Amino acid sequence: MDSKRRDFLKIAGLTAIAGIAAPSAFNTLLKGEAIASAGQAAAGGHGAAAPTGKRYGMVIDVKKFTENSGLAEQCVSVCHTIHNVPDFGNRKDEIKWIWIESYEHTFPTESQYKRPDALKDMPILTLCNHCDNPPCVRACPTKATYKKKDGIVGMDYHRCIGCRFCMAACPYGARSFNWRDPRGKDANGQPFIKAENPKYPTRMRGVVEKCNFCTERLAIGQIPACVEVAAQTKAIVFGDMNDPESEISQVLKTSFTIQRNPAIGTHPSLFYII
Amino acid sequence: MIEKAFKGSTGYWVWMLFLLSIMGVGGLCYVQQFNYGLGITGMSRDVTWGIYISQFTFLVGVAAGGLMLVLPYYIHNYKAFGRIVILGEFMAIAAIAMCLMFIIADLGQPMRALNVLLHPTPNSMLFWDMIVLNGYLFLNILCGWVVLQSEYKGIKYPKWIKPFIYLSIPWAISIHTVTAFLYCGLPGRHFWLTAILAPRFLASAFAAGPALLMIIAMVLKKTTKFDVGREAQDKLVTIIGYAAMLNFFFLGCEFFVAYYSQIPGHMHTLDYLYWGLGHGEEVFNNLVPFMRASVIMGLAGIGLIFVSRAKQSDGLLVVSCLLIFISFWIDKGLGLVLGGFVPSPLEYVTEYVPSVQELGITAAIWATGFFILSILYKVAISVKLEKEA
Repeated sequence: MDSKRRDFLKIAGLTAIAGIAAPSAFNTLLKGEAIASAGQAAAGGHGAAAPTGKRYGMVIDVKKFTENSGLAEQCVSVCHTIHNVPDFGNRKDEIKWIWIESYEHTFPTESQYKRPDALKDMPILTLCNHCDNPPCVRACPTKATYKKKDGIVGMDYHRCIGCRFCMAACPYGARSFNWRDPRGKDANGQPFIKAENPKYPTRMRGVVEKCNFCTERLAIGQIPACVEVAAQTKAIVFGDMNDPESEISQVLKTSFTIQRNPAIGTHPSLFYII
Repeated sequence: MIEKAFKGSTGYWVWMLFLLSIMGVGGLCYVQQFNYGLGITGMSRDVTWGIYISQFTFLVGVAAGGLMLVLPYYIHNYKAFGRIVILGEFMAIAAIAMCLMFIIADLGQPMRALNVLLHPTPNSMLFWDMIVLNGYLFLNILCGWVVLQSEYKGIKYPKWIKPFIYLSIPWAISIHTVTAFLYCGLPGRHFWLTAILAPRFLASAFAAGPALLMIIAMVLKKTTKFDVGREAQDKLVTIIGYAAMLNFFFLGCEFFVAYYSQIPGHMHTLDYLYWGLGHGEEVFNNLVPFMRASVIMGLAGIGLIFVSRAKQSDGLLVVSCLLIFISFWIDKGLGLVLGGFVPSPLEYVTEYVPSVQELGITAAIWATGFFILSILYKVAISVKLEKEA
């Protein structure tokens, strides 16, 4: 074998190895958040999720909120009260963890053509989707937002530098920024946090916040506050989606649910029954 | 060498005092912002980045533009750029300094900025941007200063600097590529989610950076004895002209993909930027006049810059460079970043108007950039003229 041919084979071999190694190197770069396994790729990669460990999820049955008027508002109010979410009284500074949205704005990529009239006034609860492949976590330069082992996407208010990259990255508009001091008072001397809950920390100016799936309540064996409010009507079902016996797994198995914009590969943990 | 910056004409001192006064006013605005929070700006829950980040994005381009001088001079041994290449390197220093200041101005918790180093996160493009920007700043300070100092001493620059100069060339590409990656890797923001964003950033950078340099060179030609030379001038016209054309070609590609595919998400922001977006009864179009002006000024600038060379007219050259610079400043320093937020992921339209304090801080950072630039150019030009005298 002449040397040129040997060289060629060497280069070809190295190239092949590099080609095989490149995707795994890329995955390492993304810290395993974009796990592009062959199985998911075959399924289109739009709906698949991590199959192991705990993964909390939520199913919101929108019809039950129409049937029980005022229930959605109650969920929002309880969440914002226990989490010390300030009310600045304007849209520009607004902070919200969970809020009521219309069908057309919650699902802008779904067809809006010739939909039932009932959809128009349906109060749809909107919150962080706790994506299995969260773009916000990928974007954060300080790991101030991170994905926990149970699937919850959390926030470290003490590490956040307030660059708001996560807000640009979130495809669901779920994140809010403290444009001003949430512990402060308005011009009339009214505090922005009406009644402070000492069990949950207030935030400081200049950091991002969002729904945390009530991780502080889960830690002491309670269910998320909004789920508790809606418990009687079963309008919100919460639980471990990787446990086949859990209520949420049963609901997901028997009902047709939709996710918000699944085409972008974020794998949301929030499902809606419309 | 730095002592050259402390001796100058009245004009020089008036200019520096003028810049200092803007910096002072902006400094006061920043104190207000620091005490109140970013709510003092026009940014909102839906439009979370404003004029700070858009200026940052544009100025990364200005910094990368220095490459168009370094590359021909050091790689292709193009001697005509001998006098102007140092201006390119020093402009990069001032531009990167402005970039870093704009990022700090935009942080909600600026005191925690070092968390990016304390908790390095390689999956974040902002982490990489921090590395490439600071690296490029270092490379330009090193290369610019060492080469100029050698000239000051009347010797050829030392050999060890060459690898750093060569490294600065791909590094210039990297700063604008990584800056584009901040935007084009985000799912759900259709306007930014385009593989052509980094090439487009580079094309506009290679036009806007040298255009600004050309304007400054013409001012220096008028006010000092420093002349970059006809050949360098003519060559720069070619570079600026073709890079600007490339930018418009890329912009045209964006238009084609959006409007031929008819995918609503791809059309929305272009609709908003160039025609206005109707939302119920209201029409949102506050950027339309700017974006249209940008296209007209850019195309006019491209035409005029070649006419200016044919006619050997410095006046026309300055006008065409100004047109191109302002055109690309609007395109990237306004439309690109602000447009990405309209409509929001939930398809609401929120418009952004910067506040007075925000504009004050922005002006102050630009003034600081020009302050740094003036000092560096004063030194460079004094050395050059002294050696040639």
